[in-house]
Amino acid sequence: MMTLGRALLFGMDNLQILFSAPIFSLQLLIDGLLIGAIFALAAYGMALVWGVMKIINFAQGEFVILGGYMAFAFSRAGVHPFFSVPMSTVSLYIVGWLLHRLVIFRIVEEDLFISILATFGISILMQQLMNQVFTADVQTVDSGLSTWFLFDGNVTVLQIKVVSFATALVLGICLAVFMKKTRLGQTIRATAQNARAARIMGIDTDKVYCTTFALNAAICGACGALVLMTWVIQPFMGLAYTIRSFMIVIVAGIGNVAGVVLAGLGLGAAENFAGFILGAEFQAAFIFSLLVVILVWRNFALRLKRRYLY
Amino acid sequence: MLSKGKILIALVVAVAAVGLVVATTAVAKVEGDTIIFGAAVSFTGKYSTNGKHTKNGYDLAVKRLNEMGGVKVGDKTYKVEIKYYDDESTPARAGQLADRLIKQDGIKFILGPYGSGPTKGMAPITEKYKIPMVEGNGASRALFNKGYRYLFAVLTTSEQYLAESINLLAEEFKKQGRDPSTAKVAIAVENDPFSMDIRAGVIEDAKRYGMKVIIDDKLPKELTDMTATLTKVKALRPDALIVSGHSKGAALAVRQTAQMKVDVPMLALTHCEAADVVGKFGGDANYTLCATQWAPTMTYKDDWFGFAGDYAKRFEAEYGYVPPYQAAESTASVLVYVDALQRAGSFDTEKVRDAIAATKLETFYGWVDFDDTGKNIAKPMVLRQVQKGVYIPVAPSKFAAGQVIYPRPLWRDR
Repeated sequence: MMTLGRALLFGMDNLQILFSAPIFSLQLLIDGLLIGAIFALAAYGMALVWGVMKIINFAQGEFVILGGYMAFAFSRAGVHPFFSVPMSTVSLYIVGWLLHRLVIFRIVEEDLFISILATFGISILMQQLMNQVFTADVQTVDSGLSTWFLFDGNVTVLQIKVVSFATALVLGICLAVFMKKTRLGQTIRATAQNARAARIMGIDTDKVYCTTFALNAAICGACGALVLMTWVIQPFMGLAYTIRSFMIVIVAGIGNVAGVVLAGLGLGAAENFAGFILGAEFQAAFIFSLLVVILVWRNFALRLKRRYLY
Repeated sequence: MLSKGKILIALVVAVAAVGLVVATTAVAKVEGDTIIFGAAVSFTGKYSTNGKHTKNGYDLAVKRLNEMGGVKVGDKTYKVEIKYYDDESTPARAGQLADRLIKQDGIKFILGPYGSGPTKGMAPITEKYKIPMVEGNGASRALFNKGYRYLFAVLTTSEQYLAESINLLAEEFKKQGRDPSTAKVAIAVENDPFSMDIRAGVIEDAKRYGMKVIIDDKLPKELTDMTATLTKVKALRPDALIVSGHSKGAALAVRQTAQMKVDVPMLALTHCEAADVVGKFGGDANYTLCATQWAPTMTYKDDWFGFAGDYAKRFEAEYGYVPPYQAAESTASVLVYVDALQRAGSFDTEKVRDAIAATKLETFYGWVDFDDTGKNIAKPMVLRQVQKGVYIPVAPSKFAAGQVIYPRPLWRDR
């Protein structure tokens, strides 16, 4: 209670800063949106896997971190950090494909609880394997890009974050087009709608599941490489990305790429403002309170709709 | 469903197994002419890097002691050995393993794990069995206000880690003819016992000078980004930014202050060496103040390793890297134990415990002298500043090999 009171006291002061010097609001907003794009990138695949395979992938964050380590290994081997993004994407596609062939195919049409348990197990296994191979040391790679200074240096925009933002948007658009226009995308959507009917129509749903899961891992691979260049990675940092992806997908709804982008950007901005005003310790608490509010509101809105139906 | 009969059989088997274990594992702490210490160290999990440093520190001590002929207890000379388990970086597992070491393996002398968390898991167990534990890697002050009788720590406790930076800030203010009470301090520490102790120490010292703490952020465990805190630093312009969040916090602080070009006159961190901020960020790490328990440049010495620098050479020859303080304090823990065993002249745990409590010993790691709560009060923390990519001790003045550069040059002038 004491700490909350103190935080509110600090919070009022901090809020005042934002009003008296709006330039910092701009900084928080820009950074929040750029960070949010990276979260959205991590969440695309989760929405896809959830929608198509009815699996909540609790190893999502570990895929991101593994993508980061792949990029780290490639850049150690002399590859330019930017080229390590597609390379890590491809490696994670293979990892996702293998994981599906080994574990995931067994749990696709099982109870949701079993899939949570299985992917949770995979996440622990991946953490420990990464720890064994890459050690628990914090790793990072310099992208070689610098920073833009706006408004007399009061607002800084990291070029690598802009690159991540652009990558997230481009990948999002590609994904949406892929799902709409290509044959494979259509089979994925058909399987998501009704797997049994899709099978009757001659779609190899097993292949669809495999591709979907591998695709998810691949997108996480790209995300991880960008995280490596923007911040730092460590084998046990995955959970932060899993939780955020989970939240974004809940807010956006499954199978809604545009929604995922918007929810991701919103989450990033909200998190940054909460961190500034309330302090870093209430960042997560604020976000989760927000989630509850959104869910309650959605329930309320749905009920309103239902009333009109009758 | 298991039938009642099956459950009964299972129970009988379980009881028999437990009986067997208890009956056959009464191995003594001393086998023939070897003294066996017990330790649960993190080989896997998030502390595994530092766990490795801890084990290397212990192993080097054992190797050196055996090279020098062993340890003389009473009339007989003994070799030394350590029995290890992996505590998986979890306090609960460390507690279980302490129980196993003492009850099943019959170990009577325990060396500490890595980290305050696992040490907290083990201390109640060693206390229960009245088995002494000497540790070099559990710095949280919560370990020393519980009235533990059998716990001894050779390292400086965590509330002192960065308190020296506040003294330094006050000194610099006085030099510039400014009143230290006008100084503004920003604190961003991880929300864990170790870092919260650091925060308590910093706040205590800041209060003593009448300084104002204008940012007091507690970073989440799953910290990935410090933008919000650093934007606040930009807005409020404190005179010092104090960050503690293990390796991750140190790496993020150095990286993001450089990326966002946050101009703060003083940046003080823990875990610089563990995060290898100089190796990873090069020039961006310059002028950062880093708290350290020990450095190879210090002038302490002992009969086993010689000077601190000699220890460092020996360690590097053995393991191929410069010893971080986590390794040095682990080695020192073994030395304190051995010294106490020699003085006690007996393997009686009570006598050994009393001998440890009476320790007044200079080691390559520093002086060791325990107070009533079991913490070492004879060794101060050292603050080093990264200058041109090299760690230069700058405080306290007794160890200072160079002058602190304050304020840090502005980013645009670098």
